[in-house]
Amino acid sequence: MGLAKRIIPCLDVDAGRVVKGVQFVDIRDAGDPIEVAKRYDLQGADEITFLDITATHHQRDTMVHVVEAVASQVFIPLTVGGGIRTVEDIRRMLNAGADKVGINSAAVKNPEFVREAADKFGSQCIVVAIDAKKVSAEGEINKWEIFTHGGRQPTGIDAVEWAKKMVALGAGEILLTSMDKDGTKSGFDLDLTRAISDAVDVPVIASGGVGKLQDLTDGIKLGHADAVLAASIFHFGEHTVAEAKQQMANQGIEVRL
Amino acid sequence: MRRVAVIDYGMGNLRSVSKALEAVSNKVTVEVTSDPSTILSASHVLFPGVGAIRDCIAELQRLQLDEVIAQAAQTKPFLGICLGMQALLTHSEENNGTTGLNIIPGEVTLFDKPVDAEGNKLKVPHMGWNQVEQTCAHPLWNNIEQNSRFYFVHSYFVSPADEAVIAGTSRYPEKFAAALHRDNIFAAQFHPEKSQRAGLQLLENFVNWDGQS
Repeated sequence: MGLAKRIIPCLDVDAGRVVKGVQFVDIRDAGDPIEVAKRYDLQGADEITFLDITATHHQRDTMVHVVEAVASQVFIPLTVGGGIRTVEDIRRMLNAGADKVGINSAAVKNPEFVREAADKFGSQCIVVAIDAKKVSAEGEINKWEIFTHGGRQPTGIDAVEWAKKMVALGAGEILLTSMDKDGTKSGFDLDLTRAISDAVDVPVIASGGVGKLQDLTDGIKLGHADAVLAASIFHFGEHTVAEAKQQMANQGIEVRL
Repeated sequence: MRRVAVIDYGMGNLRSVSKALEAVSNKVTVEVTSDPSTILSASHVLFPGVGAIRDCIAELQRLQLDEVIAQAAQTKPFLGICLGMQALLTHSEENNGTTGLNIIPGEVTLFDKPVDAEGNKLKVPHMGWNQVEQTCAHPLWNNIEQNSRFYFVHSYFVSPADEAVIAGTSRYPEKFAAALHRDNIFAAQFHPEKSQRAGLQLLENFVNWDGQS
């Protein structure tokens, strides 16, 4: 007995609706975020992550209301990411009922923001989201770089070094997305996941690419992730969280059933 | 009608805890407050907390809530959660050493590079759902199955001087105190307000508790 590996459904929220695109295009409507969150809670989700994919000023209010409504009905940890740029953004989300916030571009722009946020709110609620893309060629030693703007903008920053730096500044968890795999349904980038997970002492959530249940197990066993995040396999009724957990348990992974 | 005071000293998110309390009972009024008289006139007191212990203790002292907590912890059903448990002890290693409220004698120490039986490094913070073994019968464990999973997120753990006050243990991988009890005090390292059914049951047991163990 011990700590369970976590399954985290991710809800991409746009204008108060859950959506899911393939590599940021072809957005399909997947329902009301409150209803979707309640469904995943009943299925045994260990946490829920909301990603505000537009995150304009006006829509931020919509997101705050979504978090407030979910936090009054769903009593598991909630993370909110997307457009978190200031201490005030963090405070609003935590006050609305989020337990953690995901910081992405703002950390790239100003790494000290992560330190400031961790000092103010504690590392336990600061998740640094890393979007990484493979930049090494076939046959070369693996190398990944940080990309921003939904994978369009290279930064020249090495992903493994970046993850270590973020933890040193106070990140309590890393949400790692492979931009090569996101939306492809071909499984996690396991080399990337393992490289980051082995390099840092804090928990790593693997994200990007889940297309079948085995991918989740592989993320834990081969990628050494502490938690796995997926969206579309759960949104459109292909699988439930409970099925995913059962499948992981069958392969010897400790889960909360 | 029960009146639960949730102590507000500017540390973290108190909405979850108050919403969870409201969800478990329609016979309860929840007040999130830093007002000493409101806290001392409540029927039940909940002391939550996230973040760093130095800031926690400093804020309690600034708001003169340290004395209020000491008094409430002697007189009424009292529940400490996470940092609100750790702050009850004598001393913590966190922030280069911080003096606690010394309501329950003992030390708070860091998980020091934990390694599992196969030699794999375990991550710190200890984050996620772990099993809690109930080591005593207690009204707050009513209707909660032995070894139920609760949600934890912490890097430090408590070691009370008197092991008789341990109400539950978890492993990471060594056994540590996941819950404490003494008279009208109960304290949990995990977050019942984030632990779904088992956590809500514990909160329901708390609001129905008369403080007798």
